[in-house]
Amino acid sequence: MAIAHVRVPQGRIPEWMGFDGLVQLISVDGQPTVGCPYWELVADVGAEQLRELYTDMVVVRRLDAEAMALQRQGELGLWAPLLGQEAAQVGSAHALQPDDFVLPSYREHGVAYCRGVDPVAMLQLWRGTALSGWDPADFGIATPAIIVGSQALHATGYALGIALDGATSAAVAYFGDGASSEGDVAEAFGFAASYAVPVVFVCQNNQWAISEPVRLQSHGSIAQRGQGYGIPGIAVDGNDVLAVLAATRLALARAYAGGGPTLIEAVTYRMGPHTTSDDPTRYRSHEEEEEWRVKDPLARLRALLRSEGLADDPFDDETTAVAEDAAARLRRGCLALPDPPPDALFEHVYAGPHPLLQEEREAYEDYLSTLES
Amino acid sequence: MATMSLGRALNAGLRQAMERDGKVVLLGEDIGKLGGVFRVTEGLQRDFGDRRVIDTPLAESGVVGTAVGLAMRGYRPVCEIQFDGFVYPAFDQIVSQVAKLRHRTEGRVAMPLTIRVPYGGGIGAVEHHSESPEAYFAHTAGLRVVTPSTAGDGHLMIQQAIASDDPVVFFEPKRRYWERGEVDDTPTPVTPLHQARVIAEGTDATVAAYGPMVATALDAARIGGEEGTSIEVIDLRSLSPVDFDTIEASVRKTGRLVVAHEASVFCGLGAEIAARVSEHCFYHLESPVRRVGGFATPYPPSRLEQHYLPDTDRILHEVDRCLQA
Repeated sequence: MAIAHVRVPQGRIPEWMGFDGLVQLISVDGQPTVGCPYWELVADVGAEQLRELYTDMVVVRRLDAEAMALQRQGELGLWAPLLGQEAAQVGSAHALQPDDFVLPSYREHGVAYCRGVDPVAMLQLWRGTALSGWDPADFGIATPAIIVGSQALHATGYALGIALDGATSAAVAYFGDGASSEGDVAEAFGFAASYAVPVVFVCQNNQWAISEPVRLQSHGSIAQRGQGYGIPGIAVDGNDVLAVLAATRLALARAYAGGGPTLIEAVTYRMGPHTTSDDPTRYRSHEEEEEWRVKDPLARLRALLRSEGLADDPFDDETTAVAEDAAARLRRGCLALPDPPPDALFEHVYAGPHPLLQEEREAYEDYLSTLES
Repeated sequence: MATMSLGRALNAGLRQAMERDGKVVLLGEDIGKLGGVFRVTEGLQRDFGDRRVIDTPLAESGVVGTAVGLAMRGYRPVCEIQFDGFVYPAFDQIVSQVAKLRHRTEGRVAMPLTIRVPYGGGIGAVEHHSESPEAYFAHTAGLRVVTPSTAGDGHLMIQQAIASDDPVVFFEPKRRYWERGEVDDTPTPVTPLHQARVIAEGTDATVAAYGPMVATALDAARIGGEEGTSIEVIDLRSLSPVDFDTIEASVRKTGRLVVAHEASVFCGLGAEIAARVSEHCFYHLESPVRRVGGFATPYPPSRLEQHYLPDTDRILHEVDRCLQA
């Protein structure tokens, strides 16, 4: 999607106090909202692109469900589901250009999917066959950061590199409401603002950091957290794919134009557990989950497509078929992932020669050879 | 060949590395106009501009984490941590990211960072300005840890560290910044970064030291020589990897080893070297390996540091214990 049409007068964030302070373009019941200035940022999004957004959301939800099943069946050691966050991820990812560079946390399967990463490759770290799964340079997305918030600094440094290169692109850091309490995120805000580098901070506020509600992290708004650093914030309905797309486009346009960092708080909900090891029934209510189920990001876009006459039964069937095919490929690919050979332990620890590592490697190979007879 | 202080030699080495490779950028607190609190980067911002010598906000994790992102973008960052005791806020980024990214990504992401840390005591400083945290980093796979003891090595090793495609934690013995030595622009042969060096030959005992303790060990060897004890001194130079071959060859000759460092003895480099030598040179040893270093205490107030830091007498005391064993 082109962004050339986006006008950013002096890089200013439009004033918007509607919808509880959230940028929202599709209402919870799937109607276009009225009066939100962010509509201008998605004026080019037509029927085909809306269907594309919807299809991507359906596919990543289906892939996520398949990965959950694979974990339950013992094929993955762990999985961090994105259920409920499809709009925040697909919407923001669709705003990106190929030259942009994403630094994700461990839940951004939807972003990685939109960047073109093979979903099977994403499973490697969860199956334990590798510590990551793809070449960041091939897809413009780093492999997941598991230390929460650490990647906000990497994005800032990457963006500093973009600025030093004089390039027109941006780095985009994804992190959660829990990570917003990390010192590295605060330091990233400080560095990014000081150097006015082209970075976009996308905080998916999914309300829960494992068992800790967002109010335990902060009593204030995450979107406004940047103000003390001079970083403008946008609070967006994270379950509204168009609103997230619009906000991310605006932030990227500011970055490309030399306007510096922007913080986006995508207000969403982690409908599933933190990971497959978590049990949300111990700390949150069924009522709360039901409240958010009404705001489901897929149902909302589907309602809009239906009411606008942009989706019919054949479209639904086609979307389902695409998703099922992706899930089947994911399962086949997962089961076919080979265990790495033992000497992979010693690979790529150092670029140059390292006598100790070499000695340990040879000693372990010798030891293994004594077991084979 | 020129004579200059270690601090100036490091400055000259940084300058040459920056001239050689436009992707080398310096980041740190007060490194620009001020030239760093020890003036190691003096004049570099003036000559290379503020896009290559970058003053940072006061946040050490930010310095290193930002450098990680720069490295991902293809830069070759050199971070300055102002003092040893200030490195801990950056510990997570160094241990969890800098050290592991190459392995995590199966070699797809390189981390050619150099992290400069002035370290050690003996300058009468306040708390957090005299520590020797090298063992924390030597324990971490994926990092290289080195420390020069002379101007010549400072000049050479900083350039080797920056040219290395591996991350290097570069410990600078701050109390030796002002000590002068010969600097050779074209040393032949060039000693590899990971190689130890025998700097005084002897036959009765080996003293292995590094960084600020090397000059002390040399003094001890000189005094020992005057008293009739022939002491071989090894400057380790690299703390990860350790050049065990050089140490073992020396111990096979002398049969006795004392390891000296400022850091606490417990779980320090000396412990690793003693274990290694006992494994590999057991039948060549005439006495147990001795260690001399800091106590199992926090670094003391400066009026007590002469008790904490090993001096020539304490090194010679341990050599004597080896000889009497």
